[in-house]
Amino acid sequence: MTALLPRRGLAQILALIVILAVDRVVSPQFFDLRLQDGRLFGSLIDVLNRGTPVALLSLGMVLVIATRGIDLSVGAVMAICGAIAASLADSHGLPVVLAAALGAGLVCGLWNGFLVAVLGMQPIVATLILMVAGRGIAQLITEGRIVTFSSPDLVWLGNGSVLGLPVPVVIALGMLILTGAVVRGSALGLLIEATGGNARASELAGVGTRAMILSVYVWCGVCAALAGVIAAADIMGADANNAGLWLELDAILAVVIGGTSLFGGRFSLVLAVFGALIIQTMNTGILLSGYPPEFNLLVKAVVVLAVLLLQSPKLSGVAGIAARLRRTKA
Amino acid sequence: MTLKALFAASAMAALLLPLPAKAGQLTIGFSQIGSESGWRAAETSVSKQEAAKRKVNLKIADAQQKQENQIKAIRSFIAQNVDAIFLAPVVSTGWDSVLKEAKEAKIPVVLLDRDIDPSGKELYLTAVTSDSVHEGEVAGDWLAKTVGSKPCNIVELQGTVGASVATNRKKGFDTAIAKHANLKVVRSQTGDFTRAKGKEVMESFIKAEGGGKNICAVYAHNDDMMVGAIQAMKEAGLKPGKDILTVSIDAVPDIFKAMVAGEANATVELTPNMAGPALDAVAAFKDKGTVPPKWIQTESKLYTATDDPQKIYDSKKGLGY
Repeated sequence: MTALLPRRGLAQILALIVILAVDRVVSPQFFDLRLQDGRLFGSLIDVLNRGTPVALLSLGMVLVIATRGIDLSVGAVMAICGAIAASLADSHGLPVVLAAALGAGLVCGLWNGFLVAVLGMQPIVATLILMVAGRGIAQLITEGRIVTFSSPDLVWLGNGSVLGLPVPVVIALGMLILTGAVVRGSALGLLIEATGGNARASELAGVGTRAMILSVYVWCGVCAALAGVIAAADIMGADANNAGLWLELDAILAVVIGGTSLFGGRFSLVLAVFGALIIQTMNTGILLSGYPPEFNLLVKAVVVLAVLLLQSPKLSGVAGIAARLRRTKA
Repeated sequence: MTLKALFAASAMAALLLPLPAKAGQLTIGFSQIGSESGWRAAETSVSKQEAAKRKVNLKIADAQQKQENQIKAIRSFIAQNVDAIFLAPVVSTGWDSVLKEAKEAKIPVVLLDRDIDPSGKELYLTAVTSDSVHEGEVAGDWLAKTVGSKPCNIVELQGTVGASVATNRKKGFDTAIAKHANLKVVRSQTGDFTRAKGKEVMESFIKAEGGGKNICAVYAHNDDMMVGAIQAMKEAGLKPGKDILTVSIDAVPDIFKAMVAGEANATVELTPNMAGPALDAVAAFKDKGTVPPKWIQTESKLYTATDDPQKIYDSKKGLGY
């Protein structure tokens, strides 16, 4: 587990604490928690629950980015898998629904991985294809309507609770542990980092870079599928036009806030999820603040800039604050 | 004014020309935007129904949200010498040249649902659209009437920031409640017209307003956001429709389902029947030369639980919403 908690996480933790403090100021009841029908109820739970889709996306995205790739299609894959889940929910059992939706995500990931790893396309272009086409596919599945369902099993995935925690949060936590165990419990993480650091050198050193790249895109597709199913279960319907819209950008942002470089190499799963939480803490804070919605994007941009500046090695060298903090801790 | 007169005169002249279609039957080309939303799909199916009712041969061209496809469709309608062209414009500008071609071919054009750039007023016969400011007013008036003189804190779920529909629905509602000092919008945030965002924003409203105890009513710029908000209220242990009044706009089938369950109170219809009034205007113009006004406003009808929501749901659910 120590490998999961890198020393470089200080800037992110600091940012999260600052944003939480700001949220407490704009909304005095921010930390209030109570039990409501057997589940915890409060703004903190909202942050975790609403942050789940982006957190799941960022789990896949961080591995893709570690191989020096990028996946723009995750939002569209969410829409496809949500649409599949919603269309099957009332006629099939939960295992079939989940298998179909996750299977579709796996196929989407294979397609992206095939274009990048086998055909050697640039990731940003290769995944752009599915980003555009995927939403169309989702709209074909739903015929442009919002497909609603009432299957209690699938609804539970979005709105149920386990030990007071919303089910989506438990799923995301499970995925984090599973992904962490697989990539950090074995040499896989190292091989992924090697692929991203220098693909040609790794290839010569005997790393199966093609298989590495293919598998990270597949994992990214599966994570997106899960996020899509949760998003559909949350509103008890699949909205192909809007599900996951622009979330690929939030996922990339979460990874970047988590300190993973877009140039590949080192990555951190936990910090990527932290990035997703930072984004959502800010979003929830904006909603609670009562500012006019015209300010939403502006506030978001300023906070993101501040978080990234906090991490910038050059700036922290100049300002010395972050650097000194890090030195004293080390 | 002279242009208008000229247009009327040239349109009269068009009546004297031999009609290409089967005697008595009108052929109308309809350039539809595409399947951008459930409402749009419903508009297409209602248009077909209305045309069939009037025995009009309606040719629908799906533009897949692209203006160039709409322009192509209009040109092909002109080539087929249809009796009239219906256009649901995807954007408001760039129509001048193709509408001039239609005018030269003496084919009247009727705009459906959306208006175009004002410079082109003389290029079309009439525009059949809803007044979204009025929709907001109808929603506000209903709430004011229902609440009476009790103080009422309202939370508002806005549409996408900058969308004209959202701006107008807000303006109309604000105007309507401004007359009543006891009504106050305490929180207003955008829910981007979607269920997911409507639910998320409502969750935060509930937390910010004492667990929902300080909220007396929700106003949403569309029904989809309200469907999301209703879920948020239920999950917070509140009873939407009873503890908190709801009023939204659009009248999509799912809000009637909520009304049947007693979880929604009122919705203002954005009618998908834009083609009906347009067909009547074209028929009158063709038969008697009656020039319709430049703007035909559709009715913004209010529906509440007393309007047999189950029946309306059944009649609407097949329309493709």
